[in-house]
Amino acid sequence: MIGIEHYLTVGAILFVLGVLGIFLNRKNVIVILMAVELILLAVNLNLVAFSAFLQDLTGQVFAMLVLTVAAAEAAIGLAILVIYFRTRGSIAVDDINRMKG
Amino acid sequence: MDFAASFALVLPELVLTGTGLALLLVAAWGGDKAARQIAIAAAAALFVAGILIVPGLHFGTDGPATLAFGGLLKVDSYALFAKALIYLSAIAALMIAPPFFASPSAGTERGMRAEYPVLVLFAAVGMSLMVSANDFMSLYLGLELNSLSAYVLAAILRRDTRSGEAGLKYFVLGALASGILLYGMSLLYGFTGGTAFAAVRAGLTGEMGTGALFGVIFVLSGLAFKISAVPFHMWTPDVYEGAPTPVTAFFATAPKVAAVALTARVVFEVFGGQVTAWQQIVMFMALASIIFGALGAIGQENLKRLLAYSSINNIGFILLGLAVANADGASAMLVYLFIYVAMSIGCFVALLMLRDEEGNLYETFTDIRGLSVTQPAIAWALLIFMFSLAGIPPLLGFYAKFVVFQATIEAGLVAFGAIAIAASVIGAFYYIKFVKVMFFDEPVGVVTGKSEASHWTLLGLTALIISPLGYLLTPSLADLADKAAASLFLAV
Repeated sequence: MIGIEHYLTVGAILFVLGVLGIFLNRKNVIVILMAVELILLAVNLNLVAFSAFLQDLTGQVFAMLVLTVAAAEAAIGLAILVIYFRTRGSIAVDDINRMKG
Repeated sequence: MDFAASFALVLPELVLTGTGLALLLVAAWGGDKAARQIAIAAAAALFVAGILIVPGLHFGTDGPATLAFGGLLKVDSYALFAKALIYLSAIAALMIAPPFFASPSAGTERGMRAEYPVLVLFAAVGMSLMVSANDFMSLYLGLELNSLSAYVLAAILRRDTRSGEAGLKYFVLGALASGILLYGMSLLYGFTGGTAFAAVRAGLTGEMGTGALFGVIFVLSGLAFKISAVPFHMWTPDVYEGAPTPVTAFFATAPKVAAVALTARVVFEVFGGQVTAWQQIVMFMALASIIFGALGAIGQENLKRLLAYSSINNIGFILLGLAVANADGASAMLVYLFIYVAMSIGCFVALLMLRDEEGNLYETFTDIRGLSVTQPAIAWALLIFMFSLAGIPPLLGFYAKFVVFQATIEAGLVAFGAIAIAASVIGAFYYIKFVKVMFFDEPVGVVTGKSEASHWTLLGLTALIISPLGYLLTPSLADLADKAAASLFLAV
């Protein structure tokens, strides 16, 4: 029987993968954008699982809201990435270093 | 509550949203040639929205009559106080922008882009929603509306590598912060059974389970990112240095006010029944921010970077007022917030005035050597701001620190107050270094250019507020802050 704790475990694993993907990734900014999406998906999984568990619709409404905002966020992230690539000609994480200290 | 009453409560936001959408169309057809008119219209809309909140702010408003849209928003005195500060900062950000974007420092594309005022307007709407949020859903919506506008604002100089890098860094870390905050919200929803602040508060009574505790910690961490409190401050110096200076001035004021106000509302209205759980977290963030802000600024050469560390330091003092966890502390926090906004705007306007005859901007210590000889007015204004930031008595920055320390000591947290005072002495080192460099070093004479009237107006106004004359404001300021803090504690 699959219970709420299984969903929460998967959600937690996805969340940790997303956070590690942001901090351990040394290659490419696109991977960071994917990691951000992973975090938001973990949140959605949590919300929907809790919503079913609590027999309460609020969680599903919240999940739809998160999906919508995540789409807007990804669009803006990619747009910023494009203007960054135009000026620097690279999106490698190690190259984002003009400012330090 | 019927819909008409709800709409009446969010009238300022409706004005801003309507104007924002209309100006977006004007920007689409008029292009960048219309940018100046759009900026004026946007500032007028912010002014109108500010006028609309004056009655509520003056007479004080709280209780069930302030709930809009079935309790999603709560437009009480506290929200109105924060909104007033947000609108004022946004107007300042619009006023200082056109001369900057017209200068050669703005890169190859001269002139203000028509999107800049529109984005500032939308960010202001988002911040208005943030400070009046009474439900995790409206909180998230407001926060993201503000953040998404802010990411674009940071990267608005499209051909400038530093601006693009600042936008990218701000986006990645801001998105991570939103994710952490959301994860905390989902846990709180699951373990308390609701997203409304009152429902979560009711679910958090008594012994707190591990899941709910994790929710509290994640939510506080996400909010700490937004206010750039240590240990979530690492994006601040890079974003402040890379973003165009008017945008940095905006970031240092309005979003900080909104995020701090939101944090205070969340800890008091949602976690109010679990004071011991969050008080130590907030106290740790406060002291760590004060100490790291003071130490990190030492050795910085870039003035915008230095002001970033200074803002981390100031956020620490604001959080110290919050960590006291009573109405006095919250009131002190709001007073500090007002004075901090005035000082920040003043500092960044002064920074924008450091230009040569062609309009190139200068932003390092080397360039302001002997500024008192070449530009005495700017040098004296900066002297006022720096002594005020350091907390030297006749200036208003002293009063801000005084009320926070007073609330801390009266709540019996003497040891924490002592640590904060010791760290503020370290901070005084680099504030006074400003004065030493400007008044006692050999003039280099690069800052020779004339500045616009709008810059002089703002510089004079903020210097006047910070000067000892500002103490005339303190009784009404304290009165407003007390009213706002009282409405925050009505639910407790």
